[in-house]
Amino acid sequence: MDDTKKDIDVINQYTGEKWYYTDIVKDHFFHPRNLLMEKPKDENEFDARGMVGSPACGDMMEMWMKVEGEKVKELKWKTFGCASAIAATSIYSVMLTENGGLTLDEAMKVRPQDVMKRLGGLPNRKIHCSVLADKAFQKTANDYFRKTGQNSRIVVEGARVIDARLNITDKDIEEAVLEGAANLEEVQQKLKVGVGASDEVKTDIESLIRFYREKYYG
Amino acid sequence: MKRIYLDYAATTPVDPRVAKAMEPFWNENFGNAGGLYEEGRRAKEALTKSRETITKLIGAKPDEIIFTSGGTESDNLAVFGVANAALQVVARAVVSPSSKSDFGTPKKSDFFPGDLVVGQPSGVKPHIIITKFEHHAVLTPCEQLAKEDFDVTFLDVGENGIVDPEDVRKALRPETVLVSIMYANNEIGTIQPIAEVGKVVKDFRMAKEQILKDLASPTGVSTRNFSAEKYPCLSKFDTETFGKQYPYFHTDACQAAGYLDLNVNNLGVDLMTVNASKIYGPKGVGFLYKRSGVKIKPQIIGGGQEMRMRSGTENIPLIVGLAKAFELAQAEKDSETARLVPLRDYFISEVMKRIPKVVLNGHTTKRLPNNINVSILDIEGEALVLYLDSKGISFSTGSACTSESLDPSHVILALGKPYEFAHSSMRFTLGRSTTKTDIDYVMGELPKTVEWLRIVSPISVDMNASGMSHPEAFAGENLRVKAKSKSYKPDVLLK
Repeated sequence: MDDTKKDIDVINQYTGEKWYYTDIVKDHFFHPRNLLMEKPKDENEFDARGMVGSPACGDMMEMWMKVEGEKVKELKWKTFGCASAIAATSIYSVMLTENGGLTLDEAMKVRPQDVMKRLGGLPNRKIHCSVLADKAFQKTANDYFRKTGQNSRIVVEGARVIDARLNITDKDIEEAVLEGAANLEEVQQKLKVGVGASDEVKTDIESLIRFYREKYYG
Repeated sequence: MKRIYLDYAATTPVDPRVAKAMEPFWNENFGNAGGLYEEGRRAKEALTKSRETITKLIGAKPDEIIFTSGGTESDNLAVFGVANAALQVVARAVVSPSSKSDFGTPKKSDFFPGDLVVGQPSGVKPHIIITKFEHHAVLTPCEQLAKEDFDVTFLDVGENGIVDPEDVRKALRPETVLVSIMYANNEIGTIQPIAEVGKVVKDFRMAKEQILKDLASPTGVSTRNFSAEKYPCLSKFDTETFGKQYPYFHTDACQAAGYLDLNVNNLGVDLMTVNASKIYGPKGVGFLYKRSGVKIKPQIIGGGQEMRMRSGTENIPLIVGLAKAFELAQAEKDSETARLVPLRDYFISEVMKRIPKVVLNGHTTKRLPNNINVSILDIEGEALVLYLDSKGISFSTGSACTSESLDPSHVILALGKPYEFAHSSMRFTLGRSTTKTDIDYVMGELPKTVEWLRIVSPISVDMNASGMSHPEAFAGENLRVKAKSKSYKPDVLLK
C-alpha cells in the first residue's frame, strides 16, 4: 500500500469498498486555497460568476473570477460537497491562477484528468467531482464573455435527446459515465431505466459512452 | 488520540463476556454438531442451549429459530422464502382449481403445469407490503420481486418516520402474502407500531378464515358482508389460493434487539430477524424466528441443517456468541434505555442550541434510546464525517457520497424531505461506552466544524423546503422511483 493513500479512508457500509484520498487531496480538503470567505455584496466586485450543481450527487459549486488582460487574475470559489469536490475546486483554482495565471483560452483547456493528476488521483467514483470544477469555470468564463460582449467565445453545452421514448439526453449518459458506468448495461443501472430499446438508439448510446469514457478516463 | 465512536447502529464491539462464552468453541469444542461422537455431541449441546436461550427470551419454541449468517440473510430468507413458497401455492392452485373458485372455462394452462403463467388464470399476482424505508436487505429483494411475479406496495412513513397501521390495513389484499415492517429504523431509529400492525394482520387473516368457513355453509352470507364491509377487498374473496394463513408478518428487529421487547407473541409477528453484530456480539451470525407452520422455501440447501431451512455446518462459536449477546442485550435493555435516553436528548438539545439550521429526522421520542439523526443544512455529510474523524469522532451520514449507488439516503427521502436534507443528514448512535463527557467533547468540535464548512459551502437551503432545490439538475429524475409517490412501478431493464 502506498503510504500517501493511507490516512483518510471512507469505508462503504454496504460493500466494504475503501476510498482512499491522497495527501494532496487531504491538504486541499482541510486547507482549501482561494476559498471565498463571504459572498460579494457588490456584484461588480468580480468580473464574472458561474455556478453548477447536481443535488443528486450532492455537489454544488460556485466560482467568481477577476480577469486582467486575458489572464485569470483571481479565481475564488465555494463548494458544497464531499472531500474530493472541495479539494478538486481548490487545486483547480490554484492551477488557473499560479505563476501569474493562465489565459482564458488556456484555462478552458484544463481537463478533468489534469486536475486528477495534480491531486495524485481520486477514487474512481469520485471523478465526477473533479469534472464539476471545469464545468463551473466554463460557466464563469461564459459569464465573462457575455459581460464583455465577446458572444462568439461563449461555449454552450446543449442537451440532446438520445432516447425520445424515455427523454434521456446525452447529459444523462455523461452523468452515468461519470458515476462509473462503462457499458450500456451499467448506464441502464445508473439511470434505472431500460434506455436504448431500439438498435439504432442503442448504437447511439454506446458511441456516447465510448466518447465520454475517452473524454474522462482516456 | 482518544476515539469517540458514535456509530453503534452500524456495528458494536464484542462484549468481553460474549467473547469469553465463545472462547471454548474455536479449538476445544470444535466438533460438527452433526457428529454422533463426543465432539459432535458437545457442539450439538451448545447449539441446543443457544437456541433455548433465544426461544425463552422471545417466547418461541426451539424449532422456530433458524440460525443464519446475519441480518441480511435472515431478511432475504424471510422475503424470498415466503415469496417462493407462495408461488408454489399459486402454481398448485392453477393446476387444480378449487371447486369453489370461479375460474370460468378451463384453459390449457390449467392442465399443463409446464405452461404455467403465474397469477393466471385469475390474473392476480401475489402481493407484498413493505415500507419505503426498510433496510436494503428487505427493500432490494422486494424491488427484485416487483420486477418478477409480485406486486409490491411501498408504504409511506409520514414525516415522523412512523408507519400508520391504518395504511397497512388499507393496503391489504386477498392475495397479500407478506407484510414486512422493521421494528426500529436503522438510520433514524424511529420505532414502528409492530404490535398494532400485528393485530391488523391477524384481524385480516381471521376475516379471510371466516369467509372461507361461511362459503362452506349456506347461512354464512351475513358474516361475509360484515367482513367485506371492513375489508372491501374481500368482497370477492372466495379462494383458498391465498388462504387464511396469508399474509405473514415479518419484522426486522436488528436495531431494536438491544432496547425493546422482542416477545413474538406480544408483537404478533410470524417472522423476525435479529443479528449479533448490533448487540455486542460477533459479526456474521443472526437468526430468523419462524412461527411453526409458516411456509417458507429455504434459500440455502444442502445438508438440511436448521430444520432443512438453512443448510450448512452450524457455526457454533458464532451461534454461542449470538445467544450470549442477545441474552445480555435483553437483560440490560431497560437499564441501557434509562441511561441513554437522557444522553440522547441532551445531544439533540445541545446540537439544536449550538448550531443554527438543524432539523431532527424522525419522531422526537418514539425513537431508539441511542439514535440521533439530524440534517445539518448547507453542508455535505462526507465532508463533516472526515473533518470530525480527524478530531477522533466517528459517525455516519446519509449523504450520497458515501453510498455505492451515489444515491442519498432513501430513509430521509421517505420522510418527504428534499435531497439536500438527505445529503446533510448525520447519524450519531450512542452505545454502552458513551458518556456525557464524550458528548461534551463532540459539542466542542461539531459547531465550529459546521461553521467552517458553511463558509466553504455556497448554498443556503430553506429550512422549510419540501421540494428539490434544483430538480432540473437531476439526471433522469422523472424516471426514477420517487420517494414521495404512493405507487411503485418497477423499471424494466433490457437484457
